[in-house]
Amino acid sequence: MAKIALELKNITKTFGAKVIANKDVNLTVYQGEILSILGENGSGKTTLMNMIAGIYFPDEGQISVNGEEAVIASPKDAFSYGIGMIHQHFKLVDVFTAAENIVLGVNDGKYNLNKSKEKIKEICSKYGFSLDLDKKIYTMSVSEKQTVEIIKVLYRGADILILDEPTAVLTPQETSKLFDILRNMRNHGKSIIIITHKLNEVMEISDRVAVLRKGESVGVVNTADVDPHKLTELMVGDKVELNINRTTPKNVSDRLVIKGVTCYNREGVKLLDDVTFTAKAGEILGVAGIAGSGQRELLESIAGLQKLQSGEIIYHNPKTGKSENLRDKTPMQIRNLGVRLSFVPEDRLGMGLVGNMDIIDNMMLRSYRRGKGMFLRRKKPKNLATEIVERLQVVTPSVNTPVRRLSGGNVQKVLVGREIASSPTVLMVAYPVRGLDINSSYTIFNLLNEQKEKGAAVIFVGEDLDALLELSDRIMVIGSGRITGTVDARSATKEEIGLLMTKSTKEGGEDNE
Amino acid sequence: MIIAFICRAILLGVPLLFGSVGEIITEKSGHLNLGIPGVMYVGGISGVIGSFLYENACGNDIANMNPFLAVCIPLLCSIIGSVLMGLIYSFFTVTLRANQNVTGLALTTFGIGLGNFFGGSLIKLVDSEMPSIALTKTSSFFTTKLPFADSLGFVGELLFSHDFLTYVAIIIAVAATIVLKRTRVGLNLRSVGENPATADAAGINVSSYKYLATMIGSAVAGLGGLQYVFAYANGVWSNNAFGDRGWMAIALVIFALWNPSLAIAGSFLFGALCNANNYIQGLGTETQELFKMLPYIVTIIVLVFTSMRKKREHQPPESLGLSYFREDR
Repeated sequence: MAKIALELKNITKTFGAKVIANKDVNLTVYQGEILSILGENGSGKTTLMNMIAGIYFPDEGQISVNGEEAVIASPKDAFSYGIGMIHQHFKLVDVFTAAENIVLGVNDGKYNLNKSKEKIKEICSKYGFSLDLDKKIYTMSVSEKQTVEIIKVLYRGADILILDEPTAVLTPQETSKLFDILRNMRNHGKSIIIITHKLNEVMEISDRVAVLRKGESVGVVNTADVDPHKLTELMVGDKVELNINRTTPKNVSDRLVIKGVTCYNREGVKLLDDVTFTAKAGEILGVAGIAGSGQRELLESIAGLQKLQSGEIIYHNPKTGKSENLRDKTPMQIRNLGVRLSFVPEDRLGMGLVGNMDIIDNMMLRSYRRGKGMFLRRKKPKNLATEIVERLQVVTPSVNTPVRRLSGGNVQKVLVGREIASSPTVLMVAYPVRGLDINSSYTIFNLLNEQKEKGAAVIFVGEDLDALLELSDRIMVIGSGRITGTVDARSATKEEIGLLMTKSTKEGGEDNE
Repeated sequence: MIIAFICRAILLGVPLLFGSVGEIITEKSGHLNLGIPGVMYVGGISGVIGSFLYENACGNDIANMNPFLAVCIPLLCSIIGSVLMGLIYSFFTVTLRANQNVTGLALTTFGIGLGNFFGGSLIKLVDSEMPSIALTKTSSFFTTKLPFADSLGFVGELLFSHDFLTYVAIIIAVAATIVLKRTRVGLNLRSVGENPATADAAGINVSSYKYLATMIGSAVAGLGGLQYVFAYANGVWSNNAFGDRGWMAIALVIFALWNPSLAIAGSFLFGALCNANNYIQGLGTETQELFKMLPYIVTIIVLVFTSMRKKREHQPPESLGLSYFREDR
């Protein structure tokens, strides 16, 4: 067997008192291999890697590099041990050239950019990169920026490279080019760790796979010995009973019909690709998918916050019986149509609430237009705020406390409380229990069920498959902006959903061949 | 007359040049120091205090004064005064992460108040008839021309007749350009101003760069106040005579697109505009006042143009005005 490059022993990391990001993780990385770290959202992959790269410091456990104990307290320390990490969000100075970014912070004798460029060119030709060193970062494509990041790490003499979801932003062609380079680096004896949740890429590129689940390592396997099914099983684990009350849907009717919705971002990347589905009144529609597969854009499209290239969003009004197309309407126009749409976004304090305002004022964000006259009437919103605090057991000194000072769970209760107070006909919630403790989670689940029974169409975007399976009536799976399947939540298995989550990327890989 | 006009424009422009080069150095570290007018004012009064003490120590007799000391004492005092101002600013904005605009504006008010306090005290001390204090002896050392300036006709007058601080200003501006563009220190400083998180991850000490840039920038800006008192005003200090030169220096930073070399030309242009009214015949008092608006109008036009042009290299440093703390990543 090859020499050990990096060894982790019993690594544990917690955030605050409750959140355990990693628990007793053991991992060995050999020289000249590509190791994939596979796991669901929130399984602690990135936290683990950040500890190797010096961004976090482990609470317990030990890291050794090349057989020697290593204390890695900062990115600089990591570099001195020959470890370099390429983050998902690039750390580059936009107005600098590629070369300037690569040499930044490296003290190798007299400052001479031309001499450094020669050295960079050597690295490029050794591993097969093609890059214009005088190009400014802000004129570069994402893939070029990634190349700069990788060279930056190599220029600092890294032997262990960690890539955090390197292919998430790349086209299939760029991905295969990246993989060629990674194989090249492996053949030169570098150790490469890739964080990913795309099964087909794991199968294609890695020598071994380490699977993390809920912060713990559940196994390291040789890629040659497994198939995607086995990996999915390892990744999602056994079903956990949550015992959420689920009632049979009553008076189900089509409420929101989405037809062929497609949208692009500013760089021209497709975020939603021909999305078609129906959200029914009296039912909870779960949306599962790998983070960043288009869930956010989907909800924002319905809420009137996304510009659509094509498609229709038809709303059936239960009161008037009329149908309205909500496409290209602003949130205000949608509200004026009499559509009672509530949206609990994933970014609670960014899009949902104003952190520096108190609970009452945050209530008024939704009702300020009802007032007449010049001055605000704080009476009604105050009653509503008090009611929410009492009913949902929000822990707060008073309703006049800025919401920024509340804990995550209480912030979420305030937001959900406000959104359901307007008795919505469509309720959209994105990751409503993220960062919440068990009790708060159940409060939120019960509220969603309550809305379902009241006849609202609930769209629930979640990441915990157990919760999705027990709360939803149907589960729609989204992958890379496409609907890859819809299953009955009462009969589906975790594995089935796990495979659907990675399906569209698989197709992308097949297109490539 | 043209020669005299240009010389006068340069004389008027040099304080602005000092101020804007100092501000550019500071802004490159991501800190918008609106305290520059106060810093320049303190730079001026500190020099005045130093010179006052030295003139008194020499019995107010020019024969007793050593030319080297007569220049160096005010120079050193000025630098100490303005560096202290820079230290206050960076302590508040870097260490305490206070709002940069508020801190800067407070520093301007503070600096001008401080200057007026000491200026007023000195005027009281000498019991002067006029509300001003004249340090003409020291000023004569500051404005000594190069020996061959007079023998070279108009070339000499145009290029070599200025006070030595004018040359210092130009040298500093050129040197600052070279440091920013051609050295590792410059690269690191620019990265701190553009993207401190990236600089931090690359192992650059962000806080010390910010401190040093602010303090060096303040020292340079303070020299503008010194040059104003001893070269332009011939050593006569009177409270509030410095006017709004500090704000024009900040406007000049934008005009120069954060390039110290461009600030040289810009400062001379601003100086010329300030002075144009004196060189146009037959202007009434009221039209003269209108002409004095020119530099400000040009500033506004430049502001409009620079915000319309979208070229990234000509934009301010990306994280200008933002505090940085590591835990925020």
